[in-house]
Amino acid sequence: MTAPLLEIEGLAVKYGNVEALHGISLRVDQGEIVTILGANGAGKSTTLRTISGLLQPARGAIRFDGAPVHHLPAHRLVRLGIAQAPEGRRIFGTLTVRENLGLGAFTRGDAAGIAETEEKVFGLFPVLRERSQQLAGTLSGGEQQMLAIGRALMARPRLLLLDEPSLGLAPLLVKTIFQTIREINRTGVTVLLVEQNARAALKLAHRGYVMEVGRIVLEDSAAALLSDPKVQGAYLGGGAR
Amino acid sequence: MEQFLQQLTNGLAVGGIYALIALGYTMVYGVMKLINFAHGDLFSCGAYLGLTLLTGLALQDRVGPVAGLLVLAVLVVVLVALLGAILERAAYRPLRESPRLSAVVSALGASIFLQNALMLVYGARFQVYPSGVLPEIAVSVLGVQVPLMRILVVLVSLVMMGALYLFVQRTKVGTAIRAAAIDQGAARLMGIDVNRVILLVFLIGPALGGAAGLMVGLYYGQIGYQMGLLYGMKAFTAAILGGIGNIPGAMVGGLLLGVVESLGAAYVSLAWKDAIAFLVLILILIVRPTGLLGERVAEKV
Repeated sequence: MTAPLLEIEGLAVKYGNVEALHGISLRVDQGEIVTILGANGAGKSTTLRTISGLLQPARGAIRFDGAPVHHLPAHRLVRLGIAQAPEGRRIFGTLTVRENLGLGAFTRGDAAGIAETEEKVFGLFPVLRERSQQLAGTLSGGEQQMLAIGRALMARPRLLLLDEPSLGLAPLLVKTIFQTIREINRTGVTVLLVEQNARAALKLAHRGYVMEVGRIVLEDSAAALLSDPKVQGAYLGGGAR
Repeated sequence: MEQFLQQLTNGLAVGGIYALIALGYTMVYGVMKLINFAHGDLFSCGAYLGLTLLTGLALQDRVGPVAGLLVLAVLVVVLVALLGAILERAAYRPLRESPRLSAVVSALGASIFLQNALMLVYGARFQVYPSGVLPEIAVSVLGVQVPLMRILVVLVSLVMMGALYLFVQRTKVGTAIRAAAIDQGAARLMGIDVNRVILLVFLIGPALGGAAGLMVGLYYGQIGYQMGLLYGMKAFTAAILGGIGNIPGAMVGGLLLGVVESLGAAYVSLAWKDAIAFLVLILILIVRPTGLLGERVAEKV
């Protein structure tokens, strides 16, 4: 078996004196969609923010493609191939859609390759092409989420981290976005997806982890998690009885 | 008409200088949300370094009047930019993770340090630039005789502002500066090294401020170690007038302040010159609390 693309071992993260992650371990294999489920405050976003280098771990290790990366600052990780569409989208509202996409490709120098990736992003999200000269802050919530994902793709990542892409979106839009995530995955991009919308995430993902107050409490294939009574009770709104 | 045009051109020259200094305040504020109180003193350093290099190196005797002035300007700009970078490293970077107030106190301390350093090196008395750096001729503009130096100050400040504007709007690094000003965390996720952006801002701002200091020395001829105080305050006013954090705002604010002040001094009262400038600030802030071109200050602070 080949080494996983992303491997986390005994990861602990502190905010000041408060420990938010108590030593979690997980792995994401090349080509997979893996989802992390959990309630508010379970530590899902903290996990993603630590992977992308915005937070430094107190203990534990993060390995990307076999090499330890947990000591690297965020801007270096982008060059290695980890891109994130962060929670709350965090698009640059007073810049144009085009400029936002350009910033996504900040680490790249190949103008022709960047243009090609931009075409691919416009192919996935045609509305972004229509709005390319508009200020990003004037986009609707769904369009902003598309921009956040498109911007992350501009770095041509091997691992795409998505933090709550369905947050605040109408159900129909959520469906569109999740279909697009599947398309992106089919082009060879590995995806780690943090979601509160457990049903949609599990239908999309290959495998899943369930987090509760800073620990991973369940780990299984997505299909198994979907039919797990505990998951159904806690995250899928009751379900089969 | 004659007097009006004289005052207008003078106002544009002073305003251009305010605008160059204001850009330093506004760029640092944009990225770090910090008022660099030592910025006015970096401007003073530009004026003093200009004097020392002008008299010490005798560049104009060696390479001719125009080339000498050019070399002098480049030297001053580079040296003050380096001073700015040292200031960032010494006074602000160690406090990056500290509460905002600590950095403000550090900025005030840096300002006092620079002022006193200038006083120790050059003395507390006013210093005078040599005359005849440029031939003291006047150029006819719309039938009015305008001193060559004044035209030069206006042109140089406009060219520098234009270059900065193009750099920030059109280049990749300029876009990275704007991105870091909007959201540092998101900028890091794009692969932008925010520490380098901050360093760059602390090179560009002081470079413009240093150039302004040199031009004040050449234009007015007299400099003092506390000159950064009043110019800094006026430029800060200009930055707020235009909307702090907003680069075109600082340019518009500086030019507007210079012209209003100059016309006010001529037509209202010379003694009330500074009061008029601040009155304009108050009036504009009543109508537009975020400044002329400002937009997102209120939510940020």
